Amino acid sequence: MSRLSYAKAVALALREAMAEDPAVFCLGEDVGFGGAYGATQGLRDEFGAARVRDTPISESAIVGFSIGAAVAGFRPVAEIMHMDFIACAMDQVVNQAAKARYMFGGKARVPMVIRAGTGGWLNAAAQHSQSLEAWFTHVPGLKVATAATGADIRTLLRAAIWDDNPVIVLEPLSLYEISGEVPDVPGELVLGKASRKRSGSDVTVVTWGAMVPRVLQAAETLAAGGVSCDVLDLITLSPWDTDAVLESVSRTGRLLVVHQASRRSGFGAEVAAVIGERGFDLLDAPIGRVGSLNVPVPFSPPLESFVLPDADRVVAAVRRLV
Amino acid sequence: MTAPGLKDLYRSMVLIREAEETVLRLFSQNRMPGFIHSYIGEEATAVGVCAPLRPDDYVTSTHRGHGHIVAKGGDLKLFFAELYGKAAGYCKGKGGSMHVADLDLGILGANGIVGGGIAIAAGAALAAQLRGTDQVAVSFMGDGATDIGVFHESLNLAALWDLPVVFVVENNGYADFIAQRDHQRIEQVSGRAAGYGMAGETVDGNDVEAVRRAASEAVDRARGGRGPTLLECVTYRWRGHFEGDPQPYRSQDEVEAWKERDPLVLAERRLAGRGELDEAERDEIRDTVRARVAEAVEFAEAAPMPEPLSALEDVFTDGAEEGW
Repeated sequence: MSRLSYAKAVALALREAMAEDPAVFCLGEDVGFGGAYGATQGLRDEFGAARVRDTPISESAIVGFSIGAAVAGFRPVAEIMHMDFIACAMDQVVNQAAKARYMFGGKARVPMVIRAGTGGWLNAAAQHSQSLEAWFTHVPGLKVATAATGADIRTLLRAAIWDDNPVIVLEPLSLYEISGEVPDVPGELVLGKASRKRSGSDVTVVTWGAMVPRVLQAAETLAAGGVSCDVLDLITLSPWDTDAVLESVSRTGRLLVVHQASRRSGFGAEVAAVIGERGFDLLDAPIGRVGSLNVPVPFSPPLESFVLPDADRVVAAVRRLV
Repeated sequence: MTAPGLKDLYRSMVLIREAEETVLRLFSQNRMPGFIHSYIGEEATAVGVCAPLRPDDYVTSTHRGHGHIVAKGGDLKLFFAELYGKAAGYCKGKGGSMHVADLDLGILGANGIVGGGIAIAAGAALAAQLRGTDQVAVSFMGDGATDIGVFHESLNLAALWDLPVVFVVENNGYADFIAQRDHQRIEQVSGRAAGYGMAGETVDGNDVEAVRRAASEAVDRARGGRGPTLLECVTYRWRGHFEGDPQPYRSQDEVEAWKERDPLVLAERRLAGRGELDEAERDEIRDTVRARVAEAVEFAEAAPMPEPLSALEDVFTDGAEEGW
């Protein structure tokens, strides 16, 4: 067990995968120099510039070259510095990577990972702060996942790299410097399994990504007031662990879904709809959702913290349910 | 492997022409679903470019891709079955005319997005370079694709990394309905190569030997680790952008003038001039090709339609049955 920052845990996962399989290589803007946020630090020294490739500012090429290399037998790991920039590469992600296997009758494999620095709390304004997971959970053929701790991102990246489908991994940049315990030997993470971050009996809170620590903080506050939260980090959004959520709701009777992305058409709407369909009889209250206000993410700190959800809003939302 | 002679190239062009004319006939009889982008008129480009390629080389194709599949050695039966939407087709009926692929032959798919295959071909070339094999990738595209952003990103980066890729522009004069003079300021697309620091050349895309000569040089350059090439083949599509296109944007005179430069007739005349093809052999080639195509159509017609539930296979999905 060692204490690592989230960014260092990312680097560890990439190092382990590259050491294990010569088919794994990294590419993206500034990755050779360690990446804009340090997630690939030291990798070029260890594996060389051929496997840790700096690219021009060319998101379509980063993703498109990755698709071609993947179909031709490699396991590329592409970095999109801020998830917002993936908008520049949407054809490659949505029409090419997600579709190749299906369109070609199952004969093409596209084992690639897109790591995307994600989310707000950076005072980076509207084009460097979004959490766009719902764009991709809407597209069959893509897997979508995120993790909130160093230990989880390390195992998640391993699972994503060994998966034979394109996987989009959201890495919340606001958590990059937060340190936590990372085991010496990586655990086996199965894509599609939620992780229980806190056990409770009054309310099920489903969350992911940057909201996980904020929800846990809210759960602490609520516990002091006698409300106990069962906190599930979905980790993978596509596929997502409906069974774990239903099991929890069967005990609590209440569900709140929390994410950074705009509440409007966020993935929380999907979770709420499915649990509403399949768990209607388990529910003692309407399903609640907490997400960003429906405006772009603003720059100035008081504006940003007003727009993005926080622990206080989670506390208030839980109190409305119980 | 001995280099194919002009007669082999001619035979391959006749096969594409016969396959495409058959497709048009079947399509007009409503026996094929979807829509069709005919390759007729551009045969010399596909055949000349594929001539120096090996089975393990990669190509990415386009919405107007039938000729590429045939020229790279694709299986006609699987090809026709796919166009019919049959389970026995190349893509089990999930792709159709715009997505025919044969991964075993390095055909990484036709593509419904204009310019969609450019980066993918470059990525396959990157795989070859990383692996240390001398495989080459070819990306076919039309003149319209040279206006899309990923063209710029891909050529810039392929040149920077000296990737073994050949970007083949089939300049057929039109991007959808828009004439080249109305969609870009330049006449020679190959001039853009200079902007990326790569070799560029324009050839007569209806002269199969000229195409083969230029393609061989480009492929040799790529195989030898000397980087990518932008190869422009100037040609013409005889049919509209798609079958049923009313073609308000061009005159019949223009079409007829290009038909005078039929790539098959050019090759025929040259072969005859060299004493390598007489009428009897020409007829024999046509008969052989016709029989092959007829056999493929027969196979496709007889093949069963896919089971609806097979629509849920061959993709990662979470809850494909939702909404059923």
